[in-house]
Amino acid sequence: MTDLSARRVVITGQGAFNALGKTAAETCDAMKNGRSGIGPLDFPGVERLSIRIGGQVTGYDPAEFFSRQQLTLFDPFTQFAMIAAGEAITQSGLEFEDAELSERSGVILGTSGGGLQTQDENYRLVYEEGKNRVHPFVVPRLMNNSAASHVSMAHNLQGPTFTVASACSSSNHAMGQAFALIKSGQADVIVTGGSESMLCFGGIKAWEGLRVMSKDGCRPFSANRNGMVQGEGAAVFIFEDYEHARARGANILAEVTGFAMSSDASDIVTPNIRGAIRAMRGALRSAGLNPESVGYINAHGTGTAANDRTECAAVREVFGVHADNLMISSTKSMHGHLIGGTGAVELLACVMALREGVVAPTINHEEFDPECDLDVVPNEAREARVTAAMSNAFAFGGLNAVLLLTAV
Amino acid sequence: MSDTATLTVSDRLMDILAEQAIVDRSEISPSSTLEDLGIDSVALVEVIFSIEETFDIAVPFNANEAESGEFDISSVGGMIKAVEDLISSRND
Repeated sequence: MTDLSARRVVITGQGAFNALGKTAAETCDAMKNGRSGIGPLDFPGVERLSIRIGGQVTGYDPAEFFSRQQLTLFDPFTQFAMIAAGEAITQSGLEFEDAELSERSGVILGTSGGGLQTQDENYRLVYEEGKNRVHPFVVPRLMNNSAASHVSMAHNLQGPTFTVASACSSSNHAMGQAFALIKSGQADVIVTGGSESMLCFGGIKAWEGLRVMSKDGCRPFSANRNGMVQGEGAAVFIFEDYEHARARGANILAEVTGFAMSSDASDIVTPNIRGAIRAMRGALRSAGLNPESVGYINAHGTGTAANDRTECAAVREVFGVHADNLMISSTKSMHGHLIGGTGAVELLACVMALREGVVAPTINHEEFDPECDLDVVPNEAREARVTAAMSNAFAFGGLNAVLLLTAV
Repeated sequence: MSDTATLTVSDRLMDILAEQAIVDRSEISPSSTLEDLGIDSVALVEVIFSIEETFDIAVPFNANEAESGEFDISSVGGMIKAVEDLISSRND
């Protein structure tokens, strides 16, 4: 009998679609060059918002990717996930025609808002325009599992398939579940990551109310930071059982070695250092790694006063003196905060550090903040040999999820 | 004329703060600080919302730079003055 505890999980494909690029390679290229995808928002009603910037996908014509029938059913968050998943599956070389593999393969995606644009538009039609009839597919478009279900249908993935919603940690929680399912022998392949498309009038109007958004830019760890900036898009990875990947001669991008989650159980919006510490420590323990092994952390790094200060203090506590040797950057400075999709896009930076030896920068770093006195890789990408990389996600609601990848 | 129309800005602001802090109005004075009243950063966002709704004004406030922002929150007296200024600039 196979020893399940020995099962290892590797990444054999990746895809992305967001403000930085329409593929994983384009996204990584932007990160290497410290290029920002944040600019003026463009959608109906933006003039009634006080927040008018975001990491919005531009130059995108859905008709180039999807048929009319598909677009009837696909909210933008589903479109983004479908495009990224297609790229990842193609790169992996996997085909799911074989019944056994198909049944051993699933889809676990994160999202927070799901089909928020579909809800927003249809509420507008019935409340503002007074219409008494909506399109018959409003429900299948807006449901949070729509993206996971369509990826499953498009690629004949008949195994464990569901959606995880834990606000800004959704993608990390989703990928953590993918890792656990493969490790425990319940699946051999999981298409996993996350997607979000909250950049519409109702989506931003709700966030404005919380008074944590920046009107002028995302400047994580910089003393003059003044809030988060939203983004949209998706990233999707192929998590695969190592023996399965090796047997078919797959190109392995990185190994997923650790995952942990925790709940602050304290406040619905204010971060708590203890929860962050427990999640990072748990991920190290899960991977069986010493803190000194970690060369790079992709920070949650939202650019809010509270998150960045708390996250840096948590890193100091977990890593001790090694905190001064490791690099920590927030790529949200470039792609914005994709909420439920953010951890997935950020995992690209971890894979890039491990595979290519390039650490993505924190751009817009203008003023040193003594409360964020770590090596935040300011403004320019850096070449470095990294053998283990951590990705943090600390969500509203106090839900933390941390992944650890190692080079292969 | 309704009761609220005859109340001063100071009265109405103190009502908002008393409700948020769950303290008696008599415990609030112009020299009180938000810290004295136990109003944390999250509660403050609700206070700002109540101020905007009550006085029909837009308060320039970002929770990330609450202390250094345009809207004075250093004391209850400072907030009263800031609200009065916003009301008069709206009427200009």
